[in-house]
Amino acid sequence: MKTLKTYPLELSVNGEWKKTEVSPEETLLHVLREKLGHNEVKEGCGKGDCGACAVLLDGKAVNACLTLALQAHRQKVVTLKGIGTQEKPHPLQESFVRRGAIQCGFCTAGMIVSAKALLDEKPDPTRDEIRRSISGNLCRCTGYKKIIEAIEEAARKLKRSR
Amino acid sequence: MTEFKVIGKPIPRHDAWEKAFGLTSYAADFSLPGMLYGKVLRSKVPSARILSIDTSKAERLAGVKAVLTAKDVPQNESVTRFGQTHAIGGGFEGLYRVLADKRVHYAGEPVALVAAETEKIAEKALGLIRVEYQPLPGVFDPLEAMRPDAPQVEEGKANIITHYEVVKGDVEEGFSQSDVIVENTYRVPFVDHAYMEPESGVAWIDENGVIVIRVSTQVIEHFRGVADVLRLPHNRVRVIGTYVGGGFGGKEDITVESFLALLTRKTGRPVKLTYTREESILCHSKRHPYVMTYKTGAKKDGRLTALQARLVSDAGAYVYLSPWVLLYSMVNAAGPYRIPHVRVDGHTVLTNTIFTSANRGFGAPQVCFAYESQMDELAKKLRIDPVEIRKINYLKKGEALATGQVLEHHVGLEETTDRAACALGERPRGKGPIKIGRNIASGMTSYGKMVFLHDTSRSYVSMEMDGSVTIRAGIQDIGGGQASSLCQIVAEVLGVPLEDVKIYIADTALTPLSGTTTATRQLYMSGNATLMAAHGVRKTLLRKASEMMKVDPDRLDLADREVIDQEGTGKTLSLTDVVKACASDGLPLYHVALFKAPTRNLTKYERIEGDVFPDFTFGTHAADVAVDEETGKVEVLKLVSCYDVGTAINPLSVEGQVEGGAVYGMGYGLTEEVLLEQGVIKTPSFSEYLLPTSMDVPEMETLLLESGDGVGPFGAKGIGEPSVCSVAPAICNAVCDAVGARVFDLPLTPEKVVKVLRAKNRTG
Repeated sequence: MKTLKTYPLELSVNGEWKKTEVSPEETLLHVLREKLGHNEVKEGCGKGDCGACAVLLDGKAVNACLTLALQAHRQKVVTLKGIGTQEKPHPLQESFVRRGAIQCGFCTAGMIVSAKALLDEKPDPTRDEIRRSISGNLCRCTGYKKIIEAIEEAARKLKRSR
Repeated sequence: MTEFKVIGKPIPRHDAWEKAFGLTSYAADFSLPGMLYGKVLRSKVPSARILSIDTSKAERLAGVKAVLTAKDVPQNESVTRFGQTHAIGGGFEGLYRVLADKRVHYAGEPVALVAAETEKIAEKALGLIRVEYQPLPGVFDPLEAMRPDAPQVEEGKANIITHYEVVKGDVEEGFSQSDVIVENTYRVPFVDHAYMEPESGVAWIDENGVIVIRVSTQVIEHFRGVADVLRLPHNRVRVIGTYVGGGFGGKEDITVESFLALLTRKTGRPVKLTYTREESILCHSKRHPYVMTYKTGAKKDGRLTALQARLVSDAGAYVYLSPWVLLYSMVNAAGPYRIPHVRVDGHTVLTNTIFTSANRGFGAPQVCFAYESQMDELAKKLRIDPVEIRKINYLKKGEALATGQVLEHHVGLEETTDRAACALGERPRGKGPIKIGRNIASGMTSYGKMVFLHDTSRSYVSMEMDGSVTIRAGIQDIGGGQASSLCQIVAEVLGVPLEDVKIYIADTALTPLSGTTTATRQLYMSGNATLMAAHGVRKTLLRKASEMMKVDPDRLDLADREVIDQEGTGKTLSLTDVVKACASDGLPLYHVALFKAPTRNLTKYERIEGDVFPDFTFGTHAADVAVDEETGKVEVLKLVSCYDVGTAINPLSVEGQVEGGAVYGMGYGLTEEVLLEQGVIKTPSFSEYLLPTSMDVPEMETLLLESGDGVGPFGAKGIGEPSVCSVAPAICNAVCDAVGARVFDLPLTPEKVVKVLRAKNRTG
C-alpha cells in the first residue's frame, strides 16, 4: 500500500509541547485522538457540521476535523482538558454541571471550547452573541436552553472574579 | 420520610462532572493493545439479487485479518422476538439477518465485514470486495406496497406485516349524530435520531474465553441475540454498556455488536468498529413515516361524537419494532379525549427502504400531529376557542381510552393546558408580511413497556463498612440521568449524602439485569427496583439499631449518616456503628430486588383492547410563531411546555428532558426529514439533515406539574418520550392561526407554507 510521506509536527497541547510524525492529509482531530491520546476531543461527523471536535487553535475555536494537523505546526492547541480540570475547574465547567447543561455529554467538549473562545474575546456577551458563538455546535439532548444559561452564568462569575 | 432531603432537589449529576472534565470514556474512546479496526460493506442499491461476492482481492491486501460474508456467520438469520421475555405471537416477531445473503432489500444493508490493522486498510479492503448485483424491482411507498401486485420485499412473504384495529361503539352512528365533521389526510416523514455520538464499540475475548463487547447501546441484553448469532451459550457473551452519547431509540436495536463479535471471534484479536456519521444516517433505523386519514365529528357545543382513523406506517425493509410502534399509535390514535364512537385501522408495511423502529415517542407523536390538527380544525369550524374545545373533551381520571383501558392515575390536562396557554403572555405583534399566530396542542404518551411483555427490572444495593453505598444495576445511561436518579433514590432512603453513593451500571456479567433504556421505563422500573433494594437494606439497619437503642424500629429514621430516634429525646446512633454491628451478627447489608410491572396477556391479537400500558404521561405545548407570508419561513417565538411529571426526582434532569424534547419536537415540526430517492437516502449529513441549532431555538418556558400520582418511585411519571409528543402540532396549529391555512405534511418547510398560502389566496 502506497503511503504518503510523513512530516514532523510540533505542537503544544494544553501547554505541553509534543512531537510526532504526520502525513499531510491527517487531520488535527486524528492526531489529537489517535496519536496524542486526547480522547476528550470528540468526533461527531468528521465534516465540520456538528462542532463536537472544537478546540482552540491559538485562541480561536476551530473544528479539529477540518484542520490539517500540519496547520497546527508550532501552534498552541487547547482542548477541554486544557480549559479546566477536576482540581482546578473553569467556571464554564462548573456552570455547565450546576445548570444541567450536560446530558449525554458528547457535545460538551466542543460547547465549552466555543464558549471559552467567546468569553476570552467578549467577557460580557449578550444572549444573542452566546447563541451565535455556539451555533456551530449541535446538541441533541438539551434544547440549548441550559447551555446558554450556563454560559451566561460563567460570564457573570468571571466578571466578578476579575 | 415526609420531607425529602435528596429527592426533588436540582442536584448536579455525578456523570455531568466527569463529562465536563472530559473524563468519560465513550465507546470510541476505548482501545486495547493489538486492536484491529472493523468496517462494513453496505449495499448501495435498494433491491437486487446478489449473484456473487468475490473477497479474494480484499483478503490478499496486507494488513487485512478477516473478510466475512453471510456464509461465515454461524447463524445468519434468526426469528427474533425483540427482547420479549414472554412470547406473544407471530405478529410481534421479525427476521434478524446479520449480513445480506443472496439478495439485498434496502440501500445500506450490510453485505460483508472486514477487520484490518488500521482503519484505512479496512476501508481500502472494502473497495476491493466485488459484489455482483442483479437489480430487482423495488417498492418505495407503503401504499403501493399494500397492493397485491407490488414487488415483495422479502420473497415469499406479504408486504403487510400487521393489521390492528381499535373499535368502540359504532362510528357510523357517531357521525350521523355529528353537527360537523372534518376529514383530512396527514403525512409525516422519516426522521433520524441524530445523536451526537455515532455507533461504536470494541470487542475482545477475555481470559475465560468470553466474548466481551463494550458498546454504546440502550440495550445490553442484546448479548443473547449476539450469542445466538455465534451459536454460543448466552453466558459466553458479555456486553458492557458505556455512557451513551445520545440514543433516542436509535441504539435500541443491535448496531455494531454482532459484527464486532464475529470479527473478534474470527481473528482472536480485539476489534473496534465506529460508524462515520454518513454510515450512521444511512444504516440505522428511522422514525416511521405515516399516512394518516382522520375523520372526526362533533356536536355544535364542541362535544366529540366519533373518530375514525386509518394509519399506514412504513416499516422499511425489515420488521424490527414496527408492530409495536404501530400498536402504540393505535392506543394513542384517538388522543386523550372522550369519544363515544371510535374506529382505528392500522397497517404496517414493508418497503425497500431503510428499516424503521424506535424513535423517541414510539408512534405517539405521529398520531398526535393528526388528532391535534383535527381538534384545531374542529375548533375553527365550530368557532370555539382551542383551549375550550379540548377542555370539553379531555378524559379524566377514572375514564377509559377507546381501547377500554381505564386511566387509574392523574390526568392533568386541564391544568397543563391552562398553564401553558397562560404562560405565553402578551401576544406579539406582526408587521407587514410577518404574521403572528399562537396555539396549543396536548398529548399523551405511555411510560413503561406494554403490559403483555411481562417487564421486570433488578437492582442491587449494598452498604460498605464505612457507611458508603454501592448500587449495581444493569441500566444503560443515555444522557437522561438514568444512573444518577437511582443514586438520589438510594441516598434518600438510606439517609446518606449523594456523594456517598457509587453506582455501577450496564454490565451483563456483573450488574443485575435492569432491562432496556427504552419506553421511558428506567425511572419507573429500575427506580422502583432500586427503591425496593434500598428499603431492604434500610430494614436490616433499622432492626439492628432498634435492638441497640432499645426502641421500636418504627420510631427510627436514617438521615445525615445517622440513625435518629424521631420521638422522645431525638437520640442518634452513628450509621457506621450499626453497620459494624450488622456485620458482626452476619446480617446481610445488601439487597437485590426485582420489580415486576403489572402484567396482562393479550386476548385477541388484531383487536387492541383493555389494559396495554402501566400508565400515561399527559401535557400540553403552547407556541407563538411568526410566519413570513412572502417566504413561508416559520419562526417559533416562544414555546411553553407543561407536562405532569408526577414527581420530579431531579428537577434539573426533568427540565432537561422537557426542554430537549421540545426542541426535538420542533425539529420534527419544522426542518427534519430524511429524504430518499428510489430508496436511497439523499440527506446523509448534518448539512442536509437539518437539526435545530442554538440560533433556531425560541424563548422556552418549562412548567412542571407534579401531581404525585405516577406509578414510578415517589409518584414519578416518565417524561423522556412524552416531552416530544405535542410540540409539532402546537407549532402547526399556531402557523394555521397566523396565516389561516393548514399544512398537512411535516415538516413545515417554507415551500409547503407558501404552497398552502397560494392555494388559500386562489380560493379566496
